[in-house]
Amino acid sequence: MRMKKVPHFRRIFGGLAAFLTAALMSTPAFAVLGQPVPGGLGLQAPGSPMKVRQDAFFNELLLPVAVGICIFVFVLLLIIVVRFNAKANPVPSKTTHNTMLEVVWTLVPVLILTVIAVPSIKLLFYLNNNPDTQMTLKATGHQWFWSYSYPQNEGVHMVSLLVHDQDLKAGQPRLLTTTNPPVLPINTNIEIETASTDVIHSWSVPALGIKLDAVPGRINKTWLRIDKVGTYYGQCSQLCGQGHAYMPIEIKAVTKADFVNWLHQHGGKTVAEIEADIAAAKAKTATHGAPPPAKEEHEKKHKK
Amino acid sequence: MSANAKAVAHNDDKHADGHAHDHTPGFFTRWFCSTNHKDIGTLYLIFACFAGILGGAMSMLMRAELQKPGLQVIGNGEFLNNLMHGGQANPGQLWNVLVTAHGLTMVFFVVMPALIGGFGNWFIPLMIGAPDMAFPRMNNLSFWLLVPAFLLLLASAFVGQGAGTGWTIYPPLSSTLGQPGPSVDMVIFALHLAGASSILGSANFITTIFNMRAPGMTLHKMPLFIWSMLVTAFLLVLAVPVLAGAITMLLTDRNFGTTFFKPAQGGDVILFQHLFWFFGHPEVYIMILPAFGIISEVVSTFSKKPIFGYLGMAYAMVSIGFVGFVVWAHHMYTTGLGVDVRVYFTIATLVIAVPTGVKVFSWLATMWGGSISFKTPMLWATGFIFLFTIGGVSGVMLANAGEDIVLHDTYFVIAHFHYVLSLGAVFAIFAGWYYWIGKMSGRQYPEWAGKLHFWTTFIGVNITFFPMHFLGLQGMPRRIPDYPTAFAHWNEVASYGAYIVGASTVFFVFMAIYTIFAGEKVGGNYWGEGATTLEWTVSSPPPFHQFTTQPIMK
Repeated sequence: MRMKKVPHFRRIFGGLAAFLTAALMSTPAFAVLGQPVPGGLGLQAPGSPMKVRQDAFFNELLLPVAVGICIFVFVLLLIIVVRFNAKANPVPSKTTHNTMLEVVWTLVPVLILTVIAVPSIKLLFYLNNNPDTQMTLKATGHQWFWSYSYPQNEGVHMVSLLVHDQDLKAGQPRLLTTTNPPVLPINTNIEIETASTDVIHSWSVPALGIKLDAVPGRINKTWLRIDKVGTYYGQCSQLCGQGHAYMPIEIKAVTKADFVNWLHQHGGKTVAEIEADIAAAKAKTATHGAPPPAKEEHEKKHKK
Repeated sequence: MSANAKAVAHNDDKHADGHAHDHTPGFFTRWFCSTNHKDIGTLYLIFACFAGILGGAMSMLMRAELQKPGLQVIGNGEFLNNLMHGGQANPGQLWNVLVTAHGLTMVFFVVMPALIGGFGNWFIPLMIGAPDMAFPRMNNLSFWLLVPAFLLLLASAFVGQGAGTGWTIYPPLSSTLGQPGPSVDMVIFALHLAGASSILGSANFITTIFNMRAPGMTLHKMPLFIWSMLVTAFLLVLAVPVLAGAITMLLTDRNFGTTFFKPAQGGDVILFQHLFWFFGHPEVYIMILPAFGIISEVVSTFSKKPIFGYLGMAYAMVSIGFVGFVVWAHHMYTTGLGVDVRVYFTIATLVIAVPTGVKVFSWLATMWGGSISFKTPMLWATGFIFLFTIGGVSGVMLANAGEDIVLHDTYFVIAHFHYVLSLGAVFAIFAGWYYWIGKMSGRQYPEWAGKLHFWTTFIGVNITFFPMHFLGLQGMPRRIPDYPTAFAHWNEVASYGAYIVGASTVFFVFMAIYTIFAGEKVGGNYWGEGATTLEWTVSSPPPFHQFTTQPIMK
């Protein structure tokens, strides 16, 4: 529904919106889906309908309005500097009131904010409309790693640990790659649950437009739908202690058929095995929540 | 007004001439047992300057660490790690301690002491025609509570693992679960003392402003700086006790077995966030409202025009203060709040843009038609208006709960609040410093040096903070010492910008020392016709006791 509105914004803000969109979209020309682009300027390319709507709202309404206001103020300041400096205008005016002007600069912002608020609230309701979901992924935050389970499929459980620099394979992004990413099907309404076993963490995948705190003592829920096959990366987004920078999130989005195959190959883990997995992961990440310098770096330093 | 004021100035000058009449106390009594608002203001400014250098040094360390991916400064065996913990600290924890100390220092020990304790103490009595604050000894207590508070905060970094909680001290990370050891307890005590200092100071400000204005100075004739301090003082009195309550609950959770924030025993961690932000959001207005006041005075003086839309300006601040209390949960959009709650907080937050817009447009209208001399204070004020606008519109973007899902806890937020605080509040501190240093010290800064300081800082801060918008949009989370390689480019740029600001600040410190000891001497009103408030009717520096004859406003 909101998508129909997009050309409407374009009409209002004309060239500015087009220019900004072009400027911001020019970077993802060489973009890899699901991760940040070196030197990138704008939002990550969208991989979900949520993110498509968030991007449209940001790039085509918020950004042009914001840039427009800044340019307006900047131009006024320029005019003031040129016309009303002491040399150009030796005698100051004594005007201190103009009721009409004051009413206008109160009401125009109200109008602009209304134009922002309506689509903003529509977007918010879309993100929270809780449609019928076909499956659930539960992400549990630990100091300092994420574990995942599929509550409808008992025994499917995994622990996603950071892959350290020295173990990265070609093409795997640093501090984003995990040992054991959860797999999700595309074109499926998925319920996401977050929970935590210790402090507050936040489960965030920028390209999918999702960020939900994992709060001890609560289970938070939202929904997600992924449009495109690919790998999507994110990072813990709530300060959670010494290993905060080292608990990445990675999701593999596959076709529904591939997902069913994957599901068959996984699973069957007993509760005891799952608990053992988590205990082992906790032990691993506790010693280097903040990892020691990567091996080769360490050696380099000593050679120096 | 000015005719009467001049008569008073004459009177005061006589007193200033014969210093013997002033009965200035000896050094120890004057500076350590001070009850004089100007001396206490000076102490606050010196304190803020020291704390600012420390907080700024922390920023430099942080930018040095973030200049490249990997660990440069905090890693085992690296510079900061060696300095703090003999090279053996956990780098992640050390980073979090640095982030926390930087935030708390800048908020509680730089911006607030400079704007409220420093300029507030100096200029509230001078601008309202009062001889001093209402409670001079309580004023002294306010300042001296701040010193042990800051020492506690600094010492907490050297005790055990340090407090790596972020300035928001969310439990359970700040509980014994996340931070065992005494550091967080020390930070809590630091905040208690700083909070008590603020509450006492605010009670003093409110009493002074309500009861000690010169005859004829009705509320609607007060300078806008006084209005800003009045609203700020009310915000402090209402908000700080909530923080005190929250951190006391945290303290008893940590030490005495209570379970306010322990989910396993029926507590709720989100409760702390509500309490913290009920304080924390007014707190950001506490930092920016005095800045609004200073900018209004500076803009009016250098435009040689009275402020445009005075009543609108005053009530814009009152309404910002009021609405500031009902928007706190926009800091909590991702914690799992219900959708209706988020709709409310989105709309309430957007509303704040209206009075803020009124202020920006009124400043522009004040300048419009003026005969503006762009001396250093006016440069800082002009810079403030533009950069605060940028920070304001990025605030409007973040206000939208649906969009905030993408931006929350990323560098976009860092960019936003540094534009309103580091480039807003701090620009106002500098505007105030250059505006009033002649009044406070009797000596004027060198104009070329002030301008150089402004331009280098202006360029530096923009190179530092503007790229953070890009990093945030690309998804870089806050509070991480190391980052994915894709974020390297703009982080490097931001670090270079920070070094420019750092160099510029060092230059400022030397220039400030030169000004205070060897600057050119100035008279009572060195800004001329535009400077119409009462502080310009007394000598520079003002006599130890001013307004021995009460000024009367028409």
